[in-house]
Amino acid sequence: MKGKQKALQVKKRGARGIVERLNKSKSLYLLMLPSIVIFVLFTYIPMYGIVIAFKTYKPALGIAGSKWAGLTYFKQYFNSYQFWPTIKNTIVISLYSIAVTFPLPIALALMCNQMTAKRFKKFFQVSTYLPHFISTVVMCGMIILFTSPRNGIIAHLLKYVGIEFPNVMGQASAFPTIYVLTEAWQHVGWDSILYIAALSAIDPTLYEAATMDGASKFKRMLHIDIPMLLPTASIMFILRMGSVMSVGFEKVYLLQNNLNQKTSEIISTYVYKMGLISNQYSLSAAIGLFNNIVNLVLLLTVNLISAKLQDTSLI
Amino acid sequence: MTAKMKKIRKSREDRIFDGIIYTIAVLLTLIALYPMYFIVIASISDPKAVAAGEVILFPSGLNLKGYENLFQYKQLWTGYLNTIIYAVLGTIICLAVNIPAAYALSRKELFGRKLFVIFYLIPMFFTGGLIPTYMNIQNFDLYDSIWVMVLPFSVVTYYIIVARTFFSSSIPDELWEAAQIDGAGTMRYFITIVLPLSKAILAVIALWSAVSQWNSYFNAMIYLRDDLLKPLQLVLRGILINNQTASAMLTGTAATEAKEMAELIKYSVIVISSAPIMCMYPFVQKYFNQGVMVGSLKG
Repeated sequence: MKGKQKALQVKKRGARGIVERLNKSKSLYLLMLPSIVIFVLFTYIPMYGIVIAFKTYKPALGIAGSKWAGLTYFKQYFNSYQFWPTIKNTIVISLYSIAVTFPLPIALALMCNQMTAKRFKKFFQVSTYLPHFISTVVMCGMIILFTSPRNGIIAHLLKYVGIEFPNVMGQASAFPTIYVLTEAWQHVGWDSILYIAALSAIDPTLYEAATMDGASKFKRMLHIDIPMLLPTASIMFILRMGSVMSVGFEKVYLLQNNLNQKTSEIISTYVYKMGLISNQYSLSAAIGLFNNIVNLVLLLTVNLISAKLQDTSLI
Repeated sequence: MTAKMKKIRKSREDRIFDGIIYTIAVLLTLIALYPMYFIVIASISDPKAVAAGEVILFPSGLNLKGYENLFQYKQLWTGYLNTIIYAVLGTIICLAVNIPAAYALSRKELFGRKLFVIFYLIPMFFTGGLIPTYMNIQNFDLYDSIWVMVLPFSVVTYYIIVARTFFSSSIPDELWEAAQIDGAGTMRYFITIVLPLSKAILAVIALWSAVSQWNSYFNAMIYLRDDLLKPLQLVLRGILINNQTASAMLTGTAATEAKEMAELIKYSVIVISSAPIMCMYPFVQKYFNQGVMVGSLKG
């Protein structure tokens, strides 16, 4: 009886409380309004548009008027000759990238941490960051210019040591390597900032104690720096693994040509070509949705793992 | 005395280790800088010498024809102007929509905060994808207009998370209590007290937004048709990737000469288009680094 009364009271207070709290948050809602409107109009409405993946979209009939097609377009993609190549290429480029561009920034940060010459250290950092500010288009332009087998600088430099430089842009097998190495050149310095910060947070008394015990610089790096970087590194690694199936469109698309398509056609470039070049809206939307769902599953799994590893999850 | 002691303490092993570290560092610095240095010297050299591999360390046969050609290439300057317009306008809109939202989310008394957080987070995990988004832009009649470059994709969850973290960690609650006692409402408090205290985060997000406007070409490629609206990166794509210069600027020259000139133009256009960002970089580096740090904090 008493409990019931109490519950009623709470409920009453709750209802009045809600109005009061809504009223109190009024101005805060106003602050969020522009972003909410833009998000609903341009991000949430397209989520409804995904239904065209399950319909045979005819522009004249509109999204709602087009006929349902069920899973036809998904099956069309799964059975097409481009299904495995696009998935394989996406994963190969992705894993290859992670294998190279994940450990390098850590190595760079460890090195940077060992330098005692302040001026040189600063210069080293600034010059390794700089390539990060080159735009994707310019980067790809540089790659094409440099790798030209007749006029390119790489070919000229290799001539001095007597090596003939092949036409790498025309070889399908070389594409992932070109993509990954240039990616490393451009972003390794930048990506090391995070680790350099983590290293600078290490308590200096640890080093002093180790030096007292006779540990060399190398030993100190091995037994202090590396263990201290592990937590940051493992989060970064997990995050990277979560986006294994989503390779950025911009760089791959610019480096693509007829000769390297066998290894350079990834899911995102295929979605673009099917959709906006061949105008197969429903098929393209279906492939996009498939990729999106795979990414979602990966991200949630990764988040779960990181939640298990740490006390809190990434989100 | 202490310096001497330190010198003694540096063991043979440590000296070798230092030697290896510095050697690698010097090599890496060269690898990082040389390609950019080469672009610059190639852009002012005789294209014949570049093609023959005579330009390695120093420019040869000073030649500014590449730049001369580009100064007459109107499309490039239209693109430049457009990019500046998109970057400025896009950044203003980006700040105007994301920062207030981030601030609202940082306030504990926001009723329904959890729901709003979910609302902003969902698009990080799931989006409509290329085709539905494209159709939506067409439905709103934004195709081929300035607005498509600055408005529809201006809300960025990541920026909101970063700014929210900043607000909840650097603006003390007591400030709001004090402002309330003085009779200020949320709006006035936000504009006159919070914003001036948040210059650092405003700078970080403005930079991120401006740089992404400067660099990306994808939205411009799919949503803009009119040459007069195209941003710099699309013009660059034409010159660098699709080899459009040859026909546009070099009518009447002999074939091989035209090809060499086209390469010279490519080197020059890389310099012209990348120099501003590179020159700006040392001045804003502080903010960029700050951004990486703030961004690495958990939302």
